[in-house]
Amino acid sequence: MSGFISRGFQGLRRTPEELKERLPPGQYLERGFPVLTAGPTPEVPLDQWTLRVDGMVAEARQWSWKEFRALPFEQVPCDIHCVTKWSKLGTSFGGVSVDVLLEEAEPLGAYVTAYSYGDYTTNIPVEDVTDGKAWIVTEHEGEPLPREHGGPARLLVPHLYFWKSAKWIAGLRVMDHDEPGFWEANGYHNRGDPWREERYWSD
Amino acid sequence: MERLAGAVTPVEQRAPGRWQIGTVMRIKQETPRVKSFRISLPMWMPHLPGQHYDVRLTAPDGYRAQRSYSIASTPLDEGEIELTIDLLDGGEVSPYFHDVVIEGDRVEVRGPFASYFVWRGEEPVLLVGGGSGIVPLMAMLRHRRRTMPGLPMRLVYSVRTAADVIYADELGEETMLTYTREPPAGWTGHTGRIDGSLFETAPSIATAFVCGSNSFVEAAAGLLLDAGYAPERIRTERFGPTG
Repeated sequence: MSGFISRGFQGLRRTPEELKERLPPGQYLERGFPVLTAGPTPEVPLDQWTLRVDGMVAEARQWSWKEFRALPFEQVPCDIHCVTKWSKLGTSFGGVSVDVLLEEAEPLGAYVTAYSYGDYTTNIPVEDVTDGKAWIVTEHEGEPLPREHGGPARLLVPHLYFWKSAKWIAGLRVMDHDEPGFWEANGYHNRGDPWREERYWSD
Repeated sequence: MERLAGAVTPVEQRAPGRWQIGTVMRIKQETPRVKSFRISLPMWMPHLPGQHYDVRLTAPDGYRAQRSYSIASTPLDEGEIELTIDLLDGGEVSPYFHDVVIEGDRVEVRGPFASYFVWRGEEPVLLVGGGSGIVPLMAMLRHRRRTMPGLPMRLVYSVRTAADVIYADELGEETMLTYTREPPAGWTGHTGRIDGSLFETAPSIATAFVCGSNSFVEAAAGLLLDAGYAPERIRTERFGPTG
């Protein structure tokens, strides 16, 4: 549909020049941090919280909250991009690299299904959560991650659309095949690269 | 682990999902801040009530803005869709639709998309809407009226004042309104924020659809859980800032 111009549209909310290169196609700059969740917000008491790495691994692993907090913790400055079109630039999270977790479990498959308290799932290739590309985060901008944003802990995969960054993460299941997660089975793209604008099945 | 996924049967992607140029056939001013746009489409596909379309605006220099809007119409309205758009201060796409678009204008859209917040005829069904959160619920209500008027469906609809009621002339006996700011003169129904008195306890509801702002959805979903609704029967759609 190249060539179509919306009559009388000039653009009221153009991205500042210095941020343009950080905004993927079809996204707009959002200063807040909107909440989008399918279903009610789960509540996970810390004394019952665990994180697992299981499935096709050499050794399934599980961490309690206390054990998890003892793992190497890092700050993750990043931009995040939601498939509903907003992007939040220059934010930061704090957490544990998925590399640390997978190293202990030794994945034997090429795909991961992230699963959450509240039963959300999302599928990601192992190569998209390794080599410093994904974290399990418990802090946002220096504060404990709010429950509505996935606290106590969520997956963070900032280079993919944000539905891949599963809130209320309970574990990573390593698989030998790719299995669509919740949104991926409901019309959204299997990989979700914002720079290729992979929003829906047909993209 | 399969709760959400298991509760929803994935559908085939029937839509072309391609950008197409629709024509605005009719515009209705629903409230001072809300307008509905009937758009005829050359590549129309039947949608499921609850699905959305993406809208893309292009400026002469190539600058573009995209937003998603819920469909308000039933898929029985062949060849066209209705998008109901709330005017957001400081927004970009909604002010364009409100202040610039007139009947006969062409607009670029693609859809329908997403298949989680959709009604496939489960019954009985409870709809809970806050403000413009009623839009996807209206597609469900209109579809039920046209196809299965006897099917048990209730709508709980929270608005600020009488002037803010969208689709006022279409709401019937299935609807329970509550006015959070100012009820109309002589109003004897519910006032104030939604509370447990608006919901049956321990109901045999197949699915509850809750749509509105995040705070509205959180409150409503909490009330439903308290009333004994199973979490897997509560589907939510939180309207973000879609300016």
